[in-house]
Amino acid sequence: MSRKLRTAMLAVLGVCFMTGLAAASVPLYRMFCQATGLNGTTQRGSAAPGATDRQIRIDFDTNVAPHMPWKFAPENRTDTVAVGARDMAFFTATNTSDKPVTGTATYNVTPAQAGKYFTKIQCFCFTQQTLKPGETARMPVIFFVDPKILSDPDAADVQTITLSYTFYPVDSAKAKS
Amino acid sequence: MTDTALSGHAFEAHDHEHHHHDADHKPGFFARWFMSTNHKDIGTLYLIFAIFAGIIGGAISGVMRAELAHPGIQYLTVLAEYLPGDKNFDHALHLWNVLITAHGLIMVFFMVMPAMIGGFGNWFVPIMIGAPDMAFPRMNNISFWLLIPSFTLLLLSPFFGGAGTGWTVYAPLSTYGEPGPSVDMAILSLHLAGASSILGAINFITTIFNMRAPGMTLHKMPLFVWSVLVTAFLLLLSLPVLAAAITMLLTDRNFGTTFFDPAGGGDPILYQHLFWFFGHPEVYIMILPGFGIVSQILSTFSKKPIFGYLGMAYAMVAIGVVGFVVWAHHMFTTGLSVNTKMYFTAATMVIAVPTGIKIFSWIATMWGGSLSFKTPMVWAIGFIFMFTVGGVTGVVLANGGIDDYMQDSYYVVAHFHYVLSLGAVFSLFAGFTYWFPKMSGRMLSELLGQIHFWIFFAGVNMLFFPMHFLGLQNMQRRVPDYADNLEYWNHFATIGYMIMAGSMIVFFVNVIYSLFAGKKAGDNPWGEGATTLEWTLSSPPPYHQFETLPVIDGGDHH
Repeated sequence: MSRKLRTAMLAVLGVCFMTGLAAASVPLYRMFCQATGLNGTTQRGSAAPGATDRQIRIDFDTNVAPHMPWKFAPENRTDTVAVGARDMAFFTATNTSDKPVTGTATYNVTPAQAGKYFTKIQCFCFTQQTLKPGETARMPVIFFVDPKILSDPDAADVQTITLSYTFYPVDSAKAKS
Repeated sequence: MTDTALSGHAFEAHDHEHHHHDADHKPGFFARWFMSTNHKDIGTLYLIFAIFAGIIGGAISGVMRAELAHPGIQYLTVLAEYLPGDKNFDHALHLWNVLITAHGLIMVFFMVMPAMIGGFGNWFVPIMIGAPDMAFPRMNNISFWLLIPSFTLLLLSPFFGGAGTGWTVYAPLSTYGEPGPSVDMAILSLHLAGASSILGAINFITTIFNMRAPGMTLHKMPLFVWSVLVTAFLLLLSLPVLAAAITMLLTDRNFGTTFFDPAGGGDPILYQHLFWFFGHPEVYIMILPGFGIVSQILSTFSKKPIFGYLGMAYAMVAIGVVGFVVWAHHMFTTGLSVNTKMYFTAATMVIAVPTGIKIFSWIATMWGGSLSFKTPMVWAIGFIFMFTVGGVTGVVLANGGIDDYMQDSYYVVAHFHYVLSLGAVFSLFAGFTYWFPKMSGRMLSELLGQIHFWIFFAGVNMLFFPMHFLGLQNMQRRVPDYADNLEYWNHFATIGYMIMAGSMIVFFVNVIYSLFAGKKAGDNPWGEGATTLEWTLSSPPPYHQFETLPVIDGGDHH
């Protein structure tokens, strides 16, 4: 291979590498968000470590995507819980249309630095939910706030964590096209 | 320097046994301009293309400045009458988005990049390193001709509704915010322009690494060649990321994927990360060749080698490297954590160090030099002034906290027009006036050149400096209307635009007059300060130069 061709092939290799990196960025970005709590990505856990004597307020925020015929609300707008203690909150969703609708919820917490401490044990948002016409479902989320938040200087001023859900219709992507 | 062992005339018209034609034999018109594989002809095509695109992009900004001269909507509704689609008020407002999108894309991808890299790069990189042509002349041809369908797609998109996404093409506006074929056309246009630039970058890297004349070591290359080399690497590493990101946009739009759609588990912020991973190196792609051009000119007209040659070369390398790790300073308001903001603020400010090295080395080059203020020199000094003003506001905007306030205000518009519209464009005019005698064989009029510079300088400063005030009063970019109290400086800026546009008439008169009736330029019209290899050739250079390679001896650096 001539020198010119070798240099050009190395350059092409560089282009391929960067293209691959950009394509791989989709799963990498998701993993990065989960690992670091970037963008308020919450964690998953199995058991709460136990209550500490610090209380923290949790606000619940609910949204549905435009054109999704659901009513979706928390049973209590706010809750105060000891850091480290297991807590359960309920949400209700009602299908107001005359067709069955399947939805899936995205979620995050604000402020973003609380993301890596807000740990869910069980959540309706982990699976898809189907509601028959007019049906109302009561959906639980079980969570705790990791006590490590108390030793993080970045999270020192966090008094309130807002947990936000948005329900999207599952077939919306297909419906668009 | 570049003390060549052979005199310039030895390179010309050198008959070789295997060549029965002489070095200046040119093919017929169609074969020469439409099937060209000659780096100088392709460079000329790129320059013509860039001037053409610049006129369109500049005219669009004229429409925008006319609309912004007074509060309220004056001209957009008129424009809506002449374009297909609804004639209602909403569509007229949508046309504003179409205008800003077209202006941005045209100026970045079809004016600055083709002129800097395709035009001057193609013309002078092979000559400056003593090579007969680019490494892959046919690929060079493809690079240029890919731009034509690319530009055509973009120009046709307003007739299919118009892409009003901004040059950043942010999701979700670009995914399900704007149905219809026009955004797809704009995305495909970017794909083609990107492919063209990647091929060009491979060509430049191969040429510079393998085709330097004997004795032309990397550390003896003229700084313009260094700047194109660094730029080619930035293109090579950043454009594939853009291509991947906009491909995901296309599949999100047309094939039901949800890369950037939260409904399917995607994240629109990811698009911003990918875009700016390309977008930030892109701004250095536009300005680095300008750094190179300005270095050549300052050295020529100071009759001194450039101060701190190695520092200058490696400052560009440093800018290129650091430019890849600062992208999120475009995204300070997307909810980054405090630590992330701190990192991106600090990393962004670090870029001021190599940039400062360059500014001070340019000044040190002039210091004690035998200065002559010919047209290219005043453009180069104007560049330093403009780029420094834009750099100072850049340091302000680099602060994550201040950026929360400034985000998407006219302060940002003023900042990036000072570094790009004024920095890059001043260096383009500097390069054009510097190399015009070499490319055409005729001198530009010095008087008209000076008139053009001074009127242009006054016009663009009147146009862009008030935008700092407007931004600090929170005038939002990308909006065709504004509060009444902002009218004074907006009107002032529009007058500045008209002055700038008037100076462009002087420029075009100068170019056309000089092409046909300009004074004949000798081999080296700029005198002893012009030491790079292109000045050892005739003006214009022979069709095939350096059939006998020049030998560079061990003189000092540029």
